[in-house]
Amino acid sequence: MAVSELAQILNDDRSASAIKLVLCVIAAVSASAFPIVAHAMDASYYVVFVTRILIYALAAVSLNLVLGFGGLASFGHAMFLSLGAYCAAVPTVYGVNGAWLHVLLALTLGCSLALLTGLVVLRTRETAFIMTTLAFAQMLYFLLVSLKQFGGDEGLNMQSGSEIAGVQLSDNNVLYFVSLAVLAAVVLFQRRLLHSPFGTIFRGVAANEQRMKALGYPTLLYRLTAYVISGGLCTVCGVLLANLTLFASPSYGSWKASGELMLMVVLGGAGTIGGPIVGAAAFLMIEEVTKGVSPHWPAYLGILIIAISVFSRNGIWTFVRRNRS
Amino acid sequence: MAPSFIAFQLLNGIQYGVMLSLLAAGLTLIFGIMNFMNLSHGAYYMLGAFVGATVYNKTGVFLLAIVGAVLATMIVGAVAERLVLRRLYRSDHLHQVLATFGFILVFDELAKTVWGPAPYYMSVPPMLSGSFDLAGVPFPTYRLMIVAVGISFAACLYVVIHRSRLGMLIRASSHDPEIVAAMGVNVKVLNALVFTIGCGLAGLAGILAAPIVSIEPGMGSGVLILTLVVIVVGGVGSIKGAFLGAILIGCIDTCGRVFIGPSLANVATKQISGAAGPALASIIVYVVMAVVLAWRPQGLFSVR
Amino acid sequence: MNVPVLQTRGLTKRFGHFLATDCVDLDVRANEIHALIGPNGAGKTTLIKQLTGELRQDQGRVILSGRDVSDISIDRRALAGLGRSFQVTSVLTEFTALQNVKLALKAGRTGRFNFWSRFEDERCLDDEAYAALSKVGLGAKARTSVDSFGYGERRQLEIAIVLAMRPKIFLLDEPLAGMSTAESSGIVQLIADLRTIAPILLVEHDMKAVFSLADRITVLSYGKKLATGTPDDIRRNEEVRSSYLGGREA
Repeated sequence: MAVSELAQILNDDRSASAIKLVLCVIAAVSASAFPIVAHAMDASYYVVFVTRILIYALAAVSLNLVLGFGGLASFGHAMFLSLGAYCAAVPTVYGVNGAWLHVLLALTLGCSLALLTGLVVLRTRETAFIMTTLAFAQMLYFLLVSLKQFGGDEGLNMQSGSEIAGVQLSDNNVLYFVSLAVLAAVVLFQRRLLHSPFGTIFRGVAANEQRMKALGYPTLLYRLTAYVISGGLCTVCGVLLANLTLFASPSYGSWKASGELMLMVVLGGAGTIGGPIVGAAAFLMIEEVTKGVSPHWPAYLGILIIAISVFSRNGIWTFVRRNRS
Repeated sequence: MAPSFIAFQLLNGIQYGVMLSLLAAGLTLIFGIMNFMNLSHGAYYMLGAFVGATVYNKTGVFLLAIVGAVLATMIVGAVAERLVLRRLYRSDHLHQVLATFGFILVFDELAKTVWGPAPYYMSVPPMLSGSFDLAGVPFPTYRLMIVAVGISFAACLYVVIHRSRLGMLIRASSHDPEIVAAMGVNVKVLNALVFTIGCGLAGLAGILAAPIVSIEPGMGSGVLILTLVVIVVGGVGSIKGAFLGAILIGCIDTCGRVFIGPSLANVATKQISGAAGPALASIIVYVVMAVVLAWRPQGLFSVR
Repeated sequence: MNVPVLQTRGLTKRFGHFLATDCVDLDVRANEIHALIGPNGAGKTTLIKQLTGELRQDQGRVILSGRDVSDISIDRRALAGLGRSFQVTSVLTEFTALQNVKLALKAGRTGRFNFWSRFEDERCLDDEAYAALSKVGLGAKARTSVDSFGYGERRQLEIAIVLAMRPKIFLLDEPLAGMSTAESSGIVQLIADLRTIAPILLVEHDMKAVFSLADRITVLSYGKKLATGTPDDIRRNEEVRSSYLGGREA
């Protein structure tokens, strides 16, 4: 009885918006209160863990822009993460710790990398696209490994996190709130972007490129723009990641990391705004649990990934949304 | 730089390329026929190396090792295909990529459990050790054998694909699987066969490489990426592209690693060449890929 | 002097040894409906692709409104005035009919890289889009998602889209494909009405529609232009009758 009444309420537009607003407020409040509660319960580790989820959710959201909404299966997206991490780590070696500088560097280098690789990669067919994005990610990986003066394949430890207004971004609580804020901002931005003229055209290009060309749109330019935005966002995410671990490593951009990012998007539901967030949370939690259960956890994770790929069509979030009405 | 040194490295490159070509041919077949993105291909390479090396270390008979490696990978491949992969043929490539990525995790962990995380070794069979004089250049006999085996396989594969009924079905299926099915051919069996052959080729490459590389869990990943570069450069779905692309990439990678560092040292300061040399050497293959794709996005010998 | 709106001169295309388009001269004049017919394999699709820019010709030129477009890309030809509709309906199913047409309208205009404002709120586009949809009879379904549209409605939407482009010439690629005689009469009328806006190059297999609509017909066979003329000329042409029409009265 209660379920059908709830369903009826959700179907009514105005009630639905009101409920959504209430849910958002509840989410915002609990998200803000979470660290305080965690510290009080002496479970500070979870603040770090949830921050990790927030950061990877952000990376997944950025990937979703081109993957879910653009239909471009980029299998090298984690390379932006590793690039971003080094954009924070390398300057600190020279004592340059300003957070805004790190972010600016990340945006500049990330967008440039996306532009250069996009120009090559976006001209290939879907299947070659997967392979070439993978190959370029490897290229960056080897480049980073060869930077012996910055740690090479052992990675680079950071003496200090990015500093903003005299505060260290690497402080657990600061990073938590900053990541939360950035995630919220990016999600809102993405919503606006997808409904904007650019976003609508981009979705059209993803749906039927031939049609859009025949209408007069230079489709490559649109895909490239989305790819650059996505890459830039993901690189900034890398700055946050470096602050989480105070460590930058080429392995942040390994193809396994890219595969995991893609999995988060698919698991949660590509092509939805909330999907990647749910997917990142689900994946990281499952990983955490399996790690605790068995030393052979990679195999169990692998089996899970296979199962998800074989049986899932649309991801958790889509399932939840569909079954609400 | 002595010409014999250059010749030696070139031969090395060809040998590496020939080994890559076995992998690339299998992968491009699987991709061309079933439109299936198989990222786990490298795992079969690893399996072939481990199984073959184990058989050799236990029996001392190289031929048995080869047979063991190929059989093991074909059986595992056939089972995986039948139980899981078959369901993915109709999925989009993203799901295929993810599923086969999951397979890599499973296989790597399996290898780590059975053989341990430390590298496993197999020595070069005594009959094939030593070197052979090739126009004044002493070249390890074993590596020459790889080249010989690889080229023979290339020839066999060419004959099968272009002159046999099976090959005709394979080529037809890559263009139009529905017509082939309508002709009464059991496409499921054909697909299973192609996949199994592909895995066998990967396993063969694995056992051939076993004495000259370190066998360890995760060894498949590195070689897989290079294989992907090969088939993208050669043209996805093209066997000719797989072979020629592999030789090209093999030579560029090998010679690049050997020659770029010293060449840079000749023109730039020690500091720059010390840093840039290794970096350039490892990425030269990808730069070549980027250049080829910028010029011909469909690959050099594409069939589509 | 009737300057042709679309013209090809000596258009030739080979695939290996196969001559798909053999030195074709075609012209479409203002105010006319010019039909392109020919048996399957005659090379109509290849010819169309060279007109739109999907295929690059080996020899010859394509001239649109006096401007040589032979070397420019698909999207720039569209902006130069080539309004093409697709044989297999290529409407965007995740959008509404209105959005589909608005996208067609937006193509030549500013603000395409606007990341912020809502595309929904572009009122000036709305008015033009509604007009195009009403003209094809889809006014009432403007805000309905296209994936619920039936096949006939999707065909109507294709026409609305190409109408909204306000092209210099309509290139209609088998607009009646897959439609029964009853369904197609509506589309036939729409096509006839389009003539007042711009000339039409019509590729079609439905001979009844072709002969009733066309002012002139070009017959293609084995990549070569067999004949061009009025429907009567074509009906009486011996070569055409034997190779294509099979002697039947159209």
